[in-house]
Amino acid sequence: MTREEVFKALDEVFEEVFDDASIHVGETTTAKDIEDWDSLEHINLVVAIEKRFSMKFTMGEVTTMKNVGEMVDIILERAQ
Amino acid sequence: MHFRKDKRKEGGMKELEYPFDGEYILKKKKSIKRKLLEEKQGGIKTKIAVLGGSTTNDIKLTLELFLLNYGIWPEFYESEYNQFYEDVMFDNPVLREFQPDIVYIHTSNRNIRAYPLLTDSAEDVEQFLEAEYQKYEGMWEKIFMEYQCTIIQNNFEMPYYRLMGNKEASDIHGKINYLTRLNEKIYAYARQHDNFFINDINYLSACYGLERWSDPFYWHMYKYALAVPAIPELSFNVANIIKSIYGKNKKGFVLDLDNTLWGGIVGDDGAENLEIGQETSLGQAYTEFQAYLKEQEQLGIILNVDSKNERENALAGINHPDGILKEDDFICIKANWNPKDQNLKEIASELNLLPESLVFIDDNPAERAIVSAQVPGVAVPEIERVEHYAHVIDRSGFFEMTNFSKDDAKRNEMYKENARRAELKATFTDYREYLLSLKMHGRIQAFEPVYMARIAQLTNKSNQFNLTTKRYTQPEIEETAADKNYITLYGKLEDKFGDNGVVSVVIGRVEKNACHIELWLMSCRVLKRDMEFAMMDTLVKKCMERGIDIIYGYYYPTAKNAMVKDFYGIQGFEKVSEDADGNATWKLAVDETYENKNTVIKVEDEQ
Repeated sequence: MTREEVFKALDEVFEEVFDDASIHVGETTTAKDIEDWDSLEHINLVVAIEKRFSMKFTMGEVTTMKNVGEMVDIILERAQ
Repeated sequence: MHFRKDKRKEGGMKELEYPFDGEYILKKKKSIKRKLLEEKQGGIKTKIAVLGGSTTNDIKLTLELFLLNYGIWPEFYESEYNQFYEDVMFDNPVLREFQPDIVYIHTSNRNIRAYPLLTDSAEDVEQFLEAEYQKYEGMWEKIFMEYQCTIIQNNFEMPYYRLMGNKEASDIHGKINYLTRLNEKIYAYARQHDNFFINDINYLSACYGLERWSDPFYWHMYKYALAVPAIPELSFNVANIIKSIYGKNKKGFVLDLDNTLWGGIVGDDGAENLEIGQETSLGQAYTEFQAYLKEQEQLGIILNVDSKNERENALAGINHPDGILKEDDFICIKANWNPKDQNLKEIASELNLLPESLVFIDDNPAERAIVSAQVPGVAVPEIERVEHYAHVIDRSGFFEMTNFSKDDAKRNEMYKENARRAELKATFTDYREYLLSLKMHGRIQAFEPVYMARIAQLTNKSNQFNLTTKRYTQPEIEETAADKNYITLYGKLEDKFGDNGVVSVVIGRVEKNACHIELWLMSCRVLKRDMEFAMMDTLVKKCMERGIDIIYGYYYPTAKNAMVKDFYGIQGFEKVSEDADGNATWKLAVDETYENKNTVIKVEDEQ
């Protein structure tokens, strides 16, 4: 999977979780950029992304990821 | 042919029916809710307070989806994180203002304050246990007192590790032993309180897989006491309890035969070659499924057949000596070549049930698709293999039992009697002849102590055949019965097929030479049996005995009682007045020229 493909797949997950077809995420996207992305929705996002890429984040990663770019780094490293 | 199964107006949403994809529901919950709100209109409103010992946000949000899908519109109060106890025990104007109909207490073994130590004595452990339990009982008592509502309480799931290994189960210091005994105390409370229900997360977590259910990741990350992907399983279970409380359970099965109740096609293979009984593995699996259905009868769940077969062949299969279910276990058997949705609708109409109170079981996905597309609201579980049929049906929660009355237990018998009446009716062209053939006996008397509860219940349950819709408590009924200024009558009706019990109630207030009918109601189970005429004959007789020469009847319209708008007209009364809202007063002068209107029921009205 290329980095672009991961971003494309992430767009779909974000669109579904936030029920908003206009969402596009990039390297520097953070929770501040998406209105409904609060700590409670973050859980659902993590669960949906884990499911989509058949991988799991560690506790440390979930708390320290700074932006979507870092999330993609982890996905690329771990996804099958 | 292409069938749309994803979305059905008025019916349920497939995404929310068991077996569902919990992670999909969590991910799409916003768009699912949007669709539900577009499709569903009206319904029962309820106020639910979710009091949590851990995070409850997604529990509340998914519970809302399942309830909306059942036609129940919830409004929520949600406690702050882990404030379930404080919210109840300390002054809480917000919750009081909210006035919950249901309080759901979502606690888990994460809320156990402390477990016994291995060095503790048996008495210490017992005291520990009692103290932990008392905390909960005190809370429930406070809720009942303060809010007079229903309580749904989680039991405790088992811990995800076992310090002593297998000994945890039996040793009084083991956490497993401790939680098991704590659960037993909660169950004892549940047995003694009608409005208290257990949400069995101990069972749910076992079904889901305890290790996955209690993955500590979700606790340490978000303070969820269960894995987030398991949340829809929990919410669905709570939603099933709530829909059952609101009387939205299913009432019966409509079953296919070939490859559903037995292996093989009876018309092709012959009854003697069907897979049923102990001879083969497949035969055993069908036998076990039949036994599961047979067990349902104890709950008053009715069984019907909807099969594409010659009737003769269908019956040959049903009467297979190794089958558990026999012809007599079914209320309605439709074995013909008509479309299955048509048969199902006919079954519903013959049983006086709404199609959506039925569950259709068929191994053929094409038949399932037709029925679910043509009959909105009917439940059509996606069954696949016979050894898993019972599992899918069971976990769907169609018959979740919250309250169980004697009437429920007798329901099968009642439907059988009705089916026999309907069969008999079909053989008559003259309706009066049919009524006479029923050999009806009525008993019409002043209220008697043994029936006070039933009479009060009828005044609160009857909506359609009810002229004034006046509600009475049992003490009020008893008071009225004892008051000389009232004429009270109850009517019981029996026929050759069975006893319908008390089905009609009349209360008349006597004022000088007049009787004012303050209440007149009849159960719809005896519509068109002339029972209302028998009641009037007796009322007139009682009036004349007391020197009354005029009877006033009143009709107050409601959303449900249009069927009796002209009741007094049919009884020969004359309309005195009617206001703009349709409230009408009728009168009937009575004297010796009154002729009895009932000619089909033999009435016993004197002691």
